[in-house]
Amino acid sequence: MSLKVLVGCKRVIDYAVKIRVRPDKLGVVTDGVKHSMNPFDEIAVEEAVRMKEKKLAKEIVVVSCGPQQAQETIRTALAMGADRGYHIDVAADKMATLQPIHVSKIMAKLAEKEKADIVMLGKLAIDDDSNQTAQMTAALLDWPQGVFASKVDAKDKGLEVVREIDGGLETINIDLPAVLSADLRLNEPRYATLPNIMKAKKKKVEKVKPEDLGVDITPRIEVVNVEDPPVREAGQSVGDVEELVGKLKDKGF
Amino acid sequence: MFSLTNRLRQVASPAAQLYRCQSTLVVAEHNNEKLNPATLHAITAAKQLGGEINCVIFGSQNTAAIAKEVSGVEGISKILVAENAAFEGFLPEKLTPILLASQEQFKFTHIVAGASAFSRSLLPRVAAKLDVSPISDIIGVKDAETFVRTIYAGNAIMTLKSKDPVKILTVRTTAFEAAATSGGSGAVEDLAASADMPAISEYVGQELTKSDRPDLGSAKVVVSGGRGMKTGDNFKMLYDLADKLGAAVGASRAAVDAGMVPNDMQIGQTGKIIAPELYIAVGISGAIQHLAGMKDSK
Repeated sequence: MSLKVLVGCKRVIDYAVKIRVRPDKLGVVTDGVKHSMNPFDEIAVEEAVRMKEKKLAKEIVVVSCGPQQAQETIRTALAMGADRGYHIDVAADKMATLQPIHVSKIMAKLAEKEKADIVMLGKLAIDDDSNQTAQMTAALLDWPQGVFASKVDAKDKGLEVVREIDGGLETINIDLPAVLSADLRLNEPRYATLPNIMKAKKKKVEKVKPEDLGVDITPRIEVVNVEDPPVREAGQSVGDVEELVGKLKDKGF
Repeated sequence: MFSLTNRLRQVASPAAQLYRCQSTLVVAEHNNEKLNPATLHAITAAKQLGGEINCVIFGSQNTAAIAKEVSGVEGISKILVAENAAFEGFLPEKLTPILLASQEQFKFTHIVAGASAFSRSLLPRVAAKLDVSPISDIIGVKDAETFVRTIYAGNAIMTLKSKDPVKILTVRTTAFEAAATSGGSGAVEDLAASADMPAISEYVGQELTKSDRPDLGSAKVVVSGGRGMKTGDNFKMLYDLADKLGAAVGASRAAVDAGMVPNDMQIGQTGKIIAPELYIAVGISGAIQHLAGMKDSK
């Protein structure tokens, strides 16, 4: 097989950062906060790179939507082994209402333009926790979907995908071209090595606006407010097992 | 000078003339034997939307029995049933066309399901075809257009208003009570809509963990183990404790990644989100992503 893989990656607040709600209560604080590639997207990029190493894929094109800083995320993917990138230029103030419906349209248009065989996405982004983009991209293309994938193997003409579902694992066979979304255990992403980071600077990144692809990013939602979750009462420390068991019994367990 | 007499006139307001009957479709989830309780939580959320509530049951077998369970729930107008061997495995590629055909026929204003691997796989696919933005994992309904959901692994709560004409929602089951399964009188009918189904995907099979313990998603008591358990064998201590307490057993991502336990036990931002009465965490450091899955425990 010599598949062309289109991979989406998103720049999000780093998973280890403590999130703070903005004083205007319309979002979270992002200025000056550490950002990195969405962990699920790292897994998606890694899977594409492994496909290339196994000679299943011949070219990996990565896509990221956002303001200028999105290029950092693209460079990281290029350093991991992707070949080319698209930076879809979306102003910072439009990002709050840029949703899977818009991103999936962008991915679908690029998949058609690039004649991709596989569109690979992370299962969800750790900021909006939506878990929708891969499914929506597949629908727009009328392609099959292998979402929450923990294992992907090429078969004669298609892919065998093992998915993580509520009760365990599910296996499906899907035709190519297809859209996949990476779940946590699909692989363990590599760290980009210094030589690869240097090489990545020479790889091509094309900057495009959503309207150039014919995609309208008019918001479908209005953010009413963003608040802190309810504060939990402080817990109690207990001295020993007897005390713990006693307290549990008092509560009726 | 303007006359300021305003006489109340009994004219149907433009809004009333344009009023579209609010109608919700709950997509039922089941395993060919029993209704998945997630559907009952989704029905409660649907009731908070106002308007008529209908339910659709897709399946490759035994849909009549599932329909009977649903008909016990009060407040459901129509229970639509579509049984077809092609629905084996509930593949979203096969279910989407017929859901779209139902939408074409009935013009629902809301399509709702309990959040699960099934609904997360299916509903966004339907939403894309209808060109609307789906809203995942809502924890609250403010009105028919305004919903509450968590973001950043539950570290912030967003209230948002949907501008789309059809709202497609998945509902976090821990945020809504399960609807009672008695007192209902919904009419069961076969779904008239039909659609061509693409043959682009094939269901091969499932490997489900079998357990006599209570279901992790709905257990009152949960005992959970993490990296500190060190080995899968050590989990036996937790299984024994769970049996004494009548509890389910869960795990953190670290334990699943290390192969100590299967993936369906994972509790966290991308695993199961639960809210038991009592949550006992053993050998778990409490990373944000794990807390996201259990911080609503009482």
